[in-house]
Parts: sequence; C-alpha cells; structure tokens
Amino acid sequence: MDFSIVLDNLPLLFKGLGLTLQLLIISLVLGFILSIPLAIMAASKLKWARIPAKIFIYVFRGTPLLIQIFIIYYGFSQFEWLRESPLWIIFKEAYWCAIIAFALNTAAYTAEIFRGAFLQTPKGEIEAAVAYGMSRWDQYRHIIFPSAFRRSIPMYGNEVIFMLHATVLAGVITLVDLFGAAKILNSRYYAPFESFISVGLFYLTITFTIVFIFKLLEGHFLKHLKR
Amino acid sequence: MKKRLTISSLLLSTALFFSASAFAETLRIGVEGAYPPFSQVDKDGKLSGFDIDMANALCKEMGVECKLIKQDWDGIIPALIAKKYDAIIASMSITEERKEKVDFTNHYYKSPARFIHKKGADHEISQAGLKGKSVGVQRGTVSDKFITGTFGEGVDIKRYGTQEEAYLDLNAGRLDFVFADAFVLLEFIGSDNGKDYEFIGDSYTDPKYFGDGIGIAVRKGDTELAKKFNMALENMRKSSYDKVREKYFDFDVFGE
Repeated sequence: MDFSIVLDNLPLLFKGLGLTLQLLIISLVLGFILSIPLAIMAASKLKWARIPAKIFIYVFRGTPLLIQIFIIYYGFSQFEWLRESPLWIIFKEAYWCAIIAFALNTAAYTAEIFRGAFLQTPKGEIEAAVAYGMSRWDQYRHIIFPSAFRRSIPMYGNEVIFMLHATVLAGVITLVDLFGAAKILNSRYYAPFESFISVGLFYLTITFTIVFIFKLLEGHFLKHLKR
Repeated sequence: MKKRLTISSLLLSTALFFSASAFAETLRIGVEGAYPPFSQVDKDGKLSGFDIDMANALCKEMGVECKLIKQDWDGIIPALIAKKYDAIIASMSITEERKEKVDFTNHYYKSPARFIHKKGADHEISQAGLKGKSVGVQRGTVSDKFITGTFGEGVDIKRYGTQEEAYLDLNAGRLDFVFADAFVLLEFIGSDNGKDYEFIGDSYTDPKYFGDGIGIAVRKGDTELAKKFNMALENMRKSSYDKVREKYFDFDVFGE
C-alpha cells in the first residue's frame, strides 16, 4: 500500500471535493424550492393538482437515478432539435445535466417527506384556523408550514445524506467530482484501495458535518419535543 | 453400515469431482467487450472481435480450454490481481507503469493513436490549436496518458469509462476531438454513426506513452503462463495469425 499517491494528488481530490459540494448544494436548493409546490399539490384534494404531482413523484422515485442521468445526458442529446435549440447551452454541459437530474430526483423525495408532514397536521389546529377565518394560504403560512417543516427536519437530514452519496453518479458523465477524481487516481496508479478509501474518508467527513448541522437544527427547532 | 457407505461414496464423488476439474485445464481470460473492433458484445450477447479471436486461437494453439470473462476496463488489472482470471487479452499496451503491477508477454499487435474530428472543421493539432478545445479519451488508457502528459494543461480533457460513451458525446457535439487507438477509430469512422468524422494530425507512437505494443498481461511472477503464451504466439505467427488478422484489417498490424 502506498498512500503517497494520495498525498501527491491532494489538489485533484480537493478540486473534486469542491465540485461534489457544488453539485450537492445547488441541486438541494433547487430541489427544495421545487418540492414545496409539489408537496402542496400532492397533498391537495383537487384531482387536477394532485395527479400530475403524484405522477412526477412516482416516476422520479420509481426509477434509478443513474438511469435518469443517462437519459438526461446521453439520451436527450440524441435529438437534433434539442441540439439546435437554445436549451442546448444547458444540456451540452455535463454539469447542468447532473444538477437537473439531482434536483428533480431530490425534489420528488423531498415532496414526499413534506406531503406526509402536511397530512400529519393535527385536525384541531386547522379547525381553529378556519374558525379564525384564515384563508387557505394563511392556513399554510401560519399553521401548516411551520409545524410540518419542523417535523420534517430529521427525515430531510436523511435525504441530504442520500443526495451526497448520489452525487457520485456525476462521475459517470465525465465530471471530476470526488469519485471521478478517485477513478482518475485508480486508472493512473492501479491502486483501487488507496484511491477509494481516501475519498471514502472525504465522504465520511462531509456526512459527519451534515449530521452535525441537522443536530443543531433539531436542537433549535424541535426544542419543545425534548424530554 | 448403510450410512457409512453413503458418506464414503459422497467423499469419493467429491474427490473425483475435484480431481476431474483439476485435470481439465481451463484458462480464464479477462476481456473487455466494449472496444470494437477488438472486443465487443454482439446483438445476441456473444463476445467477438480481434482480441476474442486471438484469445481463442492462442488457447487452441496451447491446447487448453478457455473461458472468457468480460470485465470493464477500469477494473481489468485489479481483477487479474484478485485472481478473477489468469490473463488479460484486451488490447492492453505494454507500459512501464503497468509492468509494476503485471507481467506482459511479447506484443501481439502494434497500433498508433490518432485524433478524429468533424469533417471539414477548422482545427489544427498543436499546443496552440488545441487550447480550450475538448478532447474525449477513455479513462486510464495510453491515449489518456499521452494527451494528459503532452498537450496537457490548456486542453479540456474529458474522460469516459468506455470508448462508446466518448463517441456518443462526439455525436452530440459535446466534443471537438476524440483521441484513441487508430484501429479503433478506423472502425468508428467506417460505421454509420462515425461517417461525418475524419482523421486529423499525425500518428503517435511515442514509446514513453504507448510502450512496446499491445501484449497479454498475466499476474506478476506467472512466468510459466507468459512463456506458454509467447510460444503459442510464435507458432501462430507462422500459421493462423494472418487468418485472424485478415478478418479485421487488410494491412499488417503486427509491426516488428
């Protein structure tokens, strides 16, 4: 075993780390924004709102992320009309294809978390809101959202960690994220153990940080549930 | 008594089974299956190509039974070391770096590397001409190492797990060039997907990167197997080599 190859290539690994974090944060932000209307639609009693949201969630939760990435990156590029449209500026870049796939995927999972949390809102709270004469929007803003988002924190923390681990799939479409960097190291030195154990440590460290952040969030927002 | 008989017959049959498998000498060979025309998987799921035919011809020459095992390029050397198979016949260039991990036989063909680009595109192959241009290569190949080591910095090198993925991105217009083994590219530009592309620039054979041709890799220290392969290769050169070669190339590929 020879860990000097890892030390010699630390700049490559740190560049990979930067890309991994970028992919993770941008797709989480986009996915989160998208997931709120999706969750409201999926929890709605109105058929025309509920069914499209449910289909979206079903499709993105029902297919492997790797396949979603391959369809977006290699599949879409097969169509000439897309290659000649202005959209191609986005789809040409592996970076944006990865972000689109990750964002849509996490949006589906996150929407499902929020939908569950919305539906768990105690009936009495909503009845009280109605009694106060709150509109549907006011009910969401003052009653449903605050308690549902609090309830979702532990599950959402899980989703963030899953997304971190899902970013390795960027490595299959030419991006040099942490995993992509490890693959370059491996192919250069034929040292799979050293290459992958070192990026494994990077992922462990990031996961640890995420867990820590969510612990703080839970401590702050779920204080009233502490025993 | 009866019970003892069953046990002893069971033991006997296991012993027979093991010795039988030890006698029927099967040689396991790692191949890639995604590197046409050397190694590919047909429509009906069967392996074919120059490497595959070479492997079968060599086994026939050595008088052993062979089992071909498909393995992705990324893990092809680790799997040899892990004894998933005993030799690699996968168009592997003999290089100093690889020699630290595996032993090689003599070469069974030689091949330069070249660029292809879109027909008629205004490109020049030079340090300045490649600046900011995207070049697709298969990750970890000698072509990857050559581009990284020579044109290096200014070039946007995109590395792919398989050659076929690089072609997909070339077709999609994500790449300006693909750099690879000339034979492999020849096959591509002769195919329907590659008909809009052509060779550009010189043929590169710098032994510092491309080594001493393409050889068969065996585990370090497995000199006996390497010797057997070398002898079979020498015999094949006098007999069936050209017959295998003619099926794929109408020019000499053995070199000197």
